[in-house]
Amino acid sequence: MSTPSSNSMNRLSHTVGKYRLPIKPTSLFVLVLFTATLLASMANLWVPADSAFHVSTYTITLLGKYLCFAMLAMAVDVVWGYCGILSLGHGAFFALGGYGMGMYLMRQIGDRGVYGNPELPDFMVFLDWAELPWYWLGMDNFGFALLMALAVPGLLAFVFGWLAFRSKVTGVYLSIMTQALTYALMLAFFRNEMGFGGNNGLTDFKEILGFDLQADSTRVSLFVITAVMLALGYVVSQFIMNSRMGRVVLAIRDGEPRTRFLGYRSERYKVWLFVYSALLAAVAGALYVPQVGIINPGEFSPLNSIEVVVWVAVGGRGTLYGAVIGALLVNYAKSRFSVVMPEGWIFALGALFVWVTLFLPKGLAGWAQDKFFKTEEHPSEDEPLSSDMDTPISHSAKGAS
Amino acid sequence: MSFLNDALETTRETMRRDQVWPMLMPDVQVNVDKDVILYVEGVSVSFDGFKALNDLNLYVNDGELRCLIGANGAGKTTMMDVITGKTQPDQGSVYFGQTLDLLSRSEPEIAQLGIGRKFQQPTVFAEQSVFTNLELSLKTNQGVWSSLTARLSSEESDRIDTVLHTIGLKGQRNLLAGALSHGQKQWLEIGMLLVSQPRLLLIDEPVAGMTAEEGERTGELLQQLAGEHTVIVVEHDMEFVRSIARTVTVLHQGSVLAEGSMDEVQNNPDVIEVYLGSEE
Amino acid sequence: MMAVGCLFLLLLGSGGAKANSASVSTELSKDVEINSSVPVDVTERTSAEALLEQLTHTKLSKAAALLEQLEQSGDVRVRAVFQTMLDGALYYQRDNRQLLAVRKGEDKSLNASDVFSGESLGVVAKKSVKKIRVNNRLRVYLRGALSRLALNADSADDRNIAVMSMLDKLSADNVAALQALDERETNHEVKVSIALALAMNTLATSSDRDQRLAAIEVMDGRLEAPVKNQLRALVDSAVVDGSIVNSSLDTQVIAAAQKALQNIDGKVTAYGYVEQLFFGLSLGSVLLLAAIGLAITFGVMGVINMAHGEMIMIGAYATFVVQQLMPNFLEYSIWVAIPAAFLTAGLVGVLIERCVIRYLHGRPLETLLATFGISLILQQAVRTIFSPLNQTVVTPEWMSGSLEINAVLSITYSRIYIFIFALIVFAALQLVMKKTSLGLQVRAVSQNRSMAKSMGIHTDRVDALTFGLGSGIAGIAGVALSQITNVGPNLGQAYIIDSFMVVVFGGVGNLLGTLFAGFSLGIANKFLEPATGAVLANIIVLIFIILFMQKRPKGLFPQKGRAAE
Repeated sequence: MSTPSSNSMNRLSHTVGKYRLPIKPTSLFVLVLFTATLLASMANLWVPADSAFHVSTYTITLLGKYLCFAMLAMAVDVVWGYCGILSLGHGAFFALGGYGMGMYLMRQIGDRGVYGNPELPDFMVFLDWAELPWYWLGMDNFGFALLMALAVPGLLAFVFGWLAFRSKVTGVYLSIMTQALTYALMLAFFRNEMGFGGNNGLTDFKEILGFDLQADSTRVSLFVITAVMLALGYVVSQFIMNSRMGRVVLAIRDGEPRTRFLGYRSERYKVWLFVYSALLAAVAGALYVPQVGIINPGEFSPLNSIEVVVWVAVGGRGTLYGAVIGALLVNYAKSRFSVVMPEGWIFALGALFVWVTLFLPKGLAGWAQDKFFKTEEHPSEDEPLSSDMDTPISHSAKGAS
Repeated sequence: MSFLNDALETTRETMRRDQVWPMLMPDVQVNVDKDVILYVEGVSVSFDGFKALNDLNLYVNDGELRCLIGANGAGKTTMMDVITGKTQPDQGSVYFGQTLDLLSRSEPEIAQLGIGRKFQQPTVFAEQSVFTNLELSLKTNQGVWSSLTARLSSEESDRIDTVLHTIGLKGQRNLLAGALSHGQKQWLEIGMLLVSQPRLLLIDEPVAGMTAEEGERTGELLQQLAGEHTVIVVEHDMEFVRSIARTVTVLHQGSVLAEGSMDEVQNNPDVIEVYLGSEE
Repeated sequence: MMAVGCLFLLLLGSGGAKANSASVSTELSKDVEINSSVPVDVTERTSAEALLEQLTHTKLSKAAALLEQLEQSGDVRVRAVFQTMLDGALYYQRDNRQLLAVRKGEDKSLNASDVFSGESLGVVAKKSVKKIRVNNRLRVYLRGALSRLALNADSADDRNIAVMSMLDKLSADNVAALQALDERETNHEVKVSIALALAMNTLATSSDRDQRLAAIEVMDGRLEAPVKNQLRALVDSAVVDGSIVNSSLDTQVIAAAQKALQNIDGKVTAYGYVEQLFFGLSLGSVLLLAAIGLAITFGVMGVINMAHGEMIMIGAYATFVVQQLMPNFLEYSIWVAIPAAFLTAGLVGVLIERCVIRYLHGRPLETLLATFGISLILQQAVRTIFSPLNQTVVTPEWMSGSLEINAVLSITYSRIYIFIFALIVFAALQLVMKKTSLGLQVRAVSQNRSMAKSMGIHTDRVDALTFGLGSGIAGIAGVALSQITNVGPNLGQAYIIDSFMVVVFGGVGNLLGTLFAGFSLGIANKFLEPATGAVLANIIVLIFIILFMQKRPKGLFPQKGRAAE
């Protein structure tokens, strides 16, 4: 509590509760994440396959996928948990990022496709397209593709957010609008004429930056990169939330009209936060595609986006680590469940929605905080409320003016 | 097309030189050459045929402490909504000083001009600490980017401490504002106004939920503020009004019924008939 | 291409195939020649009975002549025989040469019935019957003969249809038959149709300018495709790049034809718009039905019910179950299905409200998530109970078919009924909301919950009933939708986003706005479709709403006043 600003740091950080963690939560998070990543990677690369400690490449890829989802959940949490903007369309930004990466990977296939056309991806040959559409130009350049994978979702978020927040579309209206947005994009990407592979999407990738996508080393590298990006995203998000901007954002969540009367242009805060969140989602999408090897319009489906919201709700919105934990837990459960009893999974997921909203409104993180780090929410009685009331007002009023 | 124009307008607004380089931002001067700081002229507002404000005219002098009274539905809160940009009137004009048109500005812009408002229901940020509530009210650059790197200057933190002292919440500075009592929230909101150093304060029912003693202190505080600041108070508590008022304006059915000192107003036959008469 | 060419030749052939036995066209002449050599006295008026009996003996190649005689016999039963034969269902019994109509059942058994009365004669063994074979040439002839025979139908409407069906096959015999009919015809409508057919014939065959001009005048403004085709062919043969080049044709006639064609095209376009408008209204009524329950739960109660689509689905499945329970009364099942769907969906709605939603008052975003969970559960439940596959719901007879307004405009009955149904449901709901005490209480609770409570309204009960009402209406929508789309577990999902769009677009809390929004979105969608395709039209409408919401966040008809803040 050296500076006043650290006093006012929100209660989600390490000052929460009477227990003080010996380490800042952000550092703890990064530490745990890196340790786990490192262990899993080493167990895959250096532990022999017959050892009990060996982690298969399949598992590594699965973990990488989870981390991408965790990042996506974090993106949703940034806008929903901290700013109260419930986006039911974040899957759109994720998928757009994925398509950007997918286009690059598609161009890397070159003439190794089924039709062996060096210039056109298979589906274009199949559709009798004569040449590459303009928006595919330059996508064979990794840097440019990556730029597009971020710029397009970022721009979409900016335009959509700018339109929506400027005219004060809030609450459920905004949620439904975001859902309509991703739904419209899904319909669009299903069309063959769009030039993104229609129904089947983009798949059959061969290599990334010259590295074979099937190779263990590539997979582990992608996994590690994902972990690093997740950590980076976490640190940046935490930085934003701990800055005054984060406090304004919380203020907007809890009382937007009041914030505006204080002189903050809430719509601009919301737009930039929305764009930042969309970029996080896009990065997650771009990392996801090379690992799972496919991107198709199904990623735009409103159901996917709502599922992300459940991850966040389960983990605990308003806490970044909660979102990450929620994403990991639910997805792990999904992988386990849907193998054992695929029908049961949907029931379980549905029940989870209901259960969490009814009984766990703050998610696991909130529940754990209430249970183990009981905060003192009531004023301490040792200081009378009006202790300072006797001092002459003239002095203080002058001081304030 | 107007849509495009709007887009262009906002882009231009965002890219304004003084927005990009804050040091170029001119200090907006409120022109009070004529001694009047707020001009409300011919303002009418209607909701679904109900005239909340009906050709309202109100002039408030710089440094004045003005009390507004009137029965429920007389248009007091609607008038504040119009001044602070929450409600667009159907007709009329509202000027801050002689030059600043308030109707063409949004709520944040009006707030940045130096018009602060305290709501009827205390609205503080319940999930943030008392200190943060005050910090957020500081009159600083409130742009997105500068907020990302903003640090409290020692001057600013001193001011917050002084205000904490004034409003008697020094011991609660790290407490969540939501945990405060109703009266404390009222104080906190007044504190938020003080921190932001507005030229004009609009205060809606400041003593509701306060004890008599606290109410008295509030009255004193408001009287202290007048002079340096201009204060408009809406209040139902007649005793409170009598204790602080210099000039009282009575609103009735959306327009001004009478104006003058408390005694003048109370002896005004119109007022007696429509307002005081009906209550007493 | 070859096949089409052959067919065309055959068509030509069939034109001249009849008339009298002296003038026969090239195609059938061979058969007739052979026919004359068989020992049947053509001049003697053989009774139809005998001819029919003969039919069972005749070789395929000689059947044509026999059929011609049958046609001329004037026996009313001939039509049934021809029709059965055309269907490929004319058989005879090997032992007694009795003619039979035999159709294959689902289990490949042969179900026989009387050719003339249609009375069922039970299953027959494959060996005991023999099919009377037909070839393409015969089929062509049969079709022509049937349409000529139809000219003798008792009902004027049937005669009219028969005349109309001849427009594109104006062979000499057909024209002769038409002229014969014209003389004895008394019905005005039929006479007009005959005049048209004869005018077309005149235009095609006459070389007299005035006659042809008169013919064109008759044809002017008629929407029948053959009329248009004939005029088009005439104009195309003479006009290149807008100017008449073929000097061998009468310029005046061509100009008249051009003008008539323009008139026809204008009319066709106009009716095209009418049709699109109707399609739009039809889609609009579907949207309205889907959204109207939501207008109650979302618009009036403020509950974001993501399981709304599943309420529609439940209604559709209720229809399916009702039909399964009363397989013999499919025609009437819908009258049972409507209340059944209302009650089932309504009950599920009440249950959801009581168990989940009431704990989430004032937390719209959480309600959204919880109800979405419920929607997943309901979908999966349906998959488990029924099957993941679509179920067939039978459309009652009286709802199938279409209303033909003219040659280019016909409207399916099911869509008309759904349109009417949507309006009735809307009116009924409006009545409930405006005139009943439940409606009053619902409005009171939605406007000021605590005040309503202190006035002694049981808000809990009102909440449950309102939600039940909204869900029940969604169920009714499901009955209607089951008639026009597939009934499957995903039925509801397809409509949920559209429903929300309609409610939001119309203005929350405003039933009339929902009506207006439903129809305008439906019409907009259908008018965009020809230019953009269905999917793109859908996308454009979605984007339009997203943009519209920026301008008017509270929809077309927002609630005003301080209470709306």
